[in-house]
Amino acid sequence: MAHHDHIAAHDAHEHGEGMDKKRIWSVFFVLLALTALEFLIALGFVHHWGILQKGALVNTIYIALTLLKAYYIVAFFMHLKFEKSSFIVICSIVFIFIVYFIALLLIEGGYLLHHFNEHPLYPNK
Amino acid sequence: MSTTTVSHLDKVKDGPWSGGKSPWNLEYGKIMMWFFLISDAFTFSAFLIYYGAQKFAQPTWIDADKIFQSVPGIADSGQPLVFVGIMTFILIMSSVTMVLAVEAGHRNSKQEVVKWMLWTILGGLCFIGCQAIEWSHLHHQGFWFGRNPATGLTDPDAIAAALQPYFTKEISYTAALQFSNLFFTITGFHGFHVSIGILLNIIVLFMTLNNTFERRGTYLMIEKVGLYWHFVDLVWVFVFTFFYLI
Repeated sequence: MAHHDHIAAHDAHEHGEGMDKKRIWSVFFVLLALTALEFLIALGFVHHWGILQKGALVNTIYIALTLLKAYYIVAFFMHLKFEKSSFIVICSIVFIFIVYFIALLLIEGGYLLHHFNEHPLYPNK
Repeated sequence: MSTTTVSHLDKVKDGPWSGGKSPWNLEYGKIMMWFFLISDAFTFSAFLIYYGAQKFAQPTWIDADKIFQSVPGIADSGQPLVFVGIMTFILIMSSVTMVLAVEAGHRNSKQEVVKWMLWTILGGLCFIGCQAIEWSHLHHQGFWFGRNPATGLTDPDAIAAALQPYFTKEISYTAALQFSNLFFTITGFHGFHVSIGILLNIIVLFMTLNNTFERRGTYLMIEKVGLYWHFVDLVWVFVFTFFYLI
């Protein structure tokens, strides 16, 4: 029992150091700014002024901003940045499989687009 | 020992011979919450990656700017991204109030935990409400599981007329159907997670009011539920990008 309390107390102590009220609000404003930037690009640059076109460039910017937001949520709101490094590695390294899966299925999708429709024996109509 | 309320599971893990020392200085339940969230992240990734694969396999796709452009009660059309922007803001805001509840828990301040948990629950309910309005709007337009606005029509001109408002490039019945299925499946699965999160938040709110955590001496349970709640917010960040922006 005493040991359990020790872990819990230690846990609370470490996290107390990581996130105080000031830090929480500064992370909130970072997330708000990133979201606002996404809206500025989507509504302003693409939709309203027509400076940028929908396409690979804009999508890359959106995905980069999304990953940045995800980093801030996981690192600060979920406190992962303040955990032990071995735990950080364990929780993040498995996403290599997701990266692989993305490459796999998007390549497969692109293949189907060009080969499914043109197959002479199985017209996809 | 008899005065504290610790679950049986926690007690079993206490001794040095049964893994009593945590290599990560984390409590057992918290580690398990992380592992559950990683597996849940895999499920959501699979859904979103399949959405991408479908999009890559179709020569055309529904234009998000054209399908999501109503603001309930204000404008029926012509306002892309505004309503989903409000939803995103609500969810980020409720994530902030959750992390403030966790911070209050570290200071053992019951009053503040209760206050921030109430705000978090309110935010979650608002989000679910917006989701319901969005769903009913699309359902009204003819989108649903296995259905799009042209379902049931046979005349090619009528099909084209029914689908034309949602496409910028060429029209595809299959693409509209796949979009419809995946939109309702993925936002539905996310909404289900939000609902479970609200339920968990209400449970820990009542446990706080019941002084359960005060007797335990730690508000760690708020942190564990908080991890889940932030994860729901995290998933929405990705759903928002892939459904509404791209």
